[in-house]
Amino acid sequence: MGFQYSLGGERYVFDDLKALMAAASPVRSGDELAGLAATSDAQRIAARYALADVPLDLFVRTELIPYEADDVTRLIMDTHDRAAFVPFASMTVGDLRDWLLSHEATPVALTAAAPGFTPEMAAAVSKIMRNQDLMSVARKMRVVTRFRNTIGLEGCLASRLQPNHPTDDLKGIAASTLDGLLYGMGDAVIGINPATDSVANGLALLDMLDHARRRYDIPTQTCVLTHVTNTLEIMNKGGAVDLVFQSIAGTQKANEGFGVTLDILKEAHEAALSLKRGTVGDNVMYFETGQGAALSAEAHHGLDQQTVEARAYAVARAFRPLLVNTVVGFIGPEYLYDGKQIIRAGLEDHFCAKLLGVPMGCDACYTNHAEADQDDMDNLMVLLGAAGITFLIGVPGADDIMLNYQSLSFHDILTLRSMLNLRPAPEFAGWLEQMGLFDAQSGRMRELAPHQTRLAQLVG
Amino acid sequence: MTKKPLPPSKNRDGAPDVWQDLRSLTRARIGLGRSGNAQRTTDVLTFQAAHAQARDAVHTPLDVQAMLEELNGISCLCVRSRAADRSTYLRRPDLGRRLASESLAFLQKGEWDVVFVAADGLSSIATQKGAIPLFRAMQARLKGWRIAPLVIATQGRVALGDEIASALGARMVVMMIGERPGLSVADSMGVYLTYAPYVGCPDSARNCLSNIHQHGLPTTVAADKLAWLMQQAMQLKLTGVGLKDAAPDSTLPENPSPLIEKDPHA
Repeated sequence: MGFQYSLGGERYVFDDLKALMAAASPVRSGDELAGLAATSDAQRIAARYALADVPLDLFVRTELIPYEADDVTRLIMDTHDRAAFVPFASMTVGDLRDWLLSHEATPVALTAAAPGFTPEMAAAVSKIMRNQDLMSVARKMRVVTRFRNTIGLEGCLASRLQPNHPTDDLKGIAASTLDGLLYGMGDAVIGINPATDSVANGLALLDMLDHARRRYDIPTQTCVLTHVTNTLEIMNKGGAVDLVFQSIAGTQKANEGFGVTLDILKEAHEAALSLKRGTVGDNVMYFETGQGAALSAEAHHGLDQQTVEARAYAVARAFRPLLVNTVVGFIGPEYLYDGKQIIRAGLEDHFCAKLLGVPMGCDACYTNHAEADQDDMDNLMVLLGAAGITFLIGVPGADDIMLNYQSLSFHDILTLRSMLNLRPAPEFAGWLEQMGLFDAQSGRMRELAPHQTRLAQLVG
Repeated sequence: MTKKPLPPSKNRDGAPDVWQDLRSLTRARIGLGRSGNAQRTTDVLTFQAAHAQARDAVHTPLDVQAMLEELNGISCLCVRSRAADRSTYLRRPDLGRRLASESLAFLQKGEWDVVFVAADGLSSIATQKGAIPLFRAMQARLKGWRIAPLVIATQGRVALGDEIASALGARMVVMMIGERPGLSVADSMGVYLTYAPYVGCPDSARNCLSNIHQHGLPTTVAADKLAWLMQQAMQLKLTGVGLKDAAPDSTLPENPSPLIEKDPHA
């Protein structure tokens, strides 16, 4: 089924819904690399006009990737909540944008609607939304999750403390963890990307983190971001697994590229639930996603990179995760070329995930061959903060010495919390105050050296 | 203009820096201190300087003329990929893997055991510093090998070597290429060995030595490891996973590229 639109005396034709959505996407290098991008600015806007007129119902009836060939499509189709969709069944994509921005679309109404939306609908409407639209709608949508603390409450901004080390040195990791705690980081998770992806190493790292957490009774969760099959084995060996981590993508083939299936995720989810380690809730999964993952695995089935990314959120929401974050900017300039593209993608990912009811955070980051710098990350973090992002990732001095890329520093997140008057998760905020790290009177994190705190022995 | 010294890294009260011991445990930028909530001037500028060096490594063109002078008359061939400029190169990795048509036409088929390629990759500085010393070290180690003239390639990705080797009729290719610079090291070179390469050859068919630079893997050590790998490749008639499995532990490269979950296309 084709689409067309006439603009400025020229008639633009789009072969099918995939082609229309790709052409309507804001400029990004990944779609150009895939040969899917609009060939002119006018064609792009013609595509947006045509897309705005597409009835939402068409997304329910159209398989962008065939049902038989792809388990993510099956998941999306089989779990679509028809009752929740009823109020939107006669709307177009353009109508949906107007409704989302309207005052009738309250947080309660949005939460009720979430199961009725599919990833493709979310992606489609995002393509006709400006950055401020993505922010103001996302801000209205609260997704609250719990494990040892409560993530996603209004007025809160959580953080992942990422203390990576190039040789997984336990003391080196502990030193970075201590540094982050002194800035009030780590309420979303204290999470390590291991340099060596093995079961033995994962066990050792988890043991160290769990000891530190219990010693100081920190109301948070820890995680080693190793492959899900390793985490399953670690759980079998009695390891201290709070959260199961996995990178996921929006097609079956791309997930196979990550060495993961929906069945493996289900098995790991059930195993982690059975440990009953959460104290205030049982959201036990942590996922990372990012635009370009499917294309780089040659598993995008002709979908533009933002639409296929949104499909990953359907995978995520099926497992009631505590945390999800996009690693926007990490993948490199062949997918997101510069600061402008990275910022736009970060806002899209956050919006689409929240619209679908997924607790989205962000690793606001870039590599050294992208046209981006720390100023772009400042912009992105403030925009995401204003949009109500669930959590951000912080590394010492914004420099990840293991993965060799730049993210946000602990200082950056402290600055953002202060600028936008955002607090850590309430249980964690209480702990910071009780430990004397946070001064309730001034509303500030105290500037303390390790030996001036009770955390001094954390490094051992 | 007077140069104002930046404040030393110590606490507000002038006490000595208690983070010094902890810093010996990690190169991470810990214990930086604060100006309000923000980083201090000295730390902001240190970071910017490191980022600037990394960016310069990416964007400075390979100085081919200087390399020719360094070769001092030793024969070599200069080629370029289909990526016309740096901006195209960064956006279109596919173009960086294929030879420009005039470069392809210029290469003549011969009978070679190996061809060495020096390509800019993502750090021209790494190639500028490291490629010719490694090439010379390999010449000394590969007595009796038919070594094709050195090929210097611009706007090149790793797989460009496959097409070069096919065109020259070389049994294997050694691609010496600048690695993506980090904040701490901007001049690190990687080496990829591929036996019987062809256009479209998978990365699993290669062996890699990474982290070759002044403070990383020294040229002589890299050359010894590479020579061992090449001799094995010649005997086994393969490279990649099959060769890695056959290697005794001591000869294996030091975990050059760990499986990184965060990187979906490592």
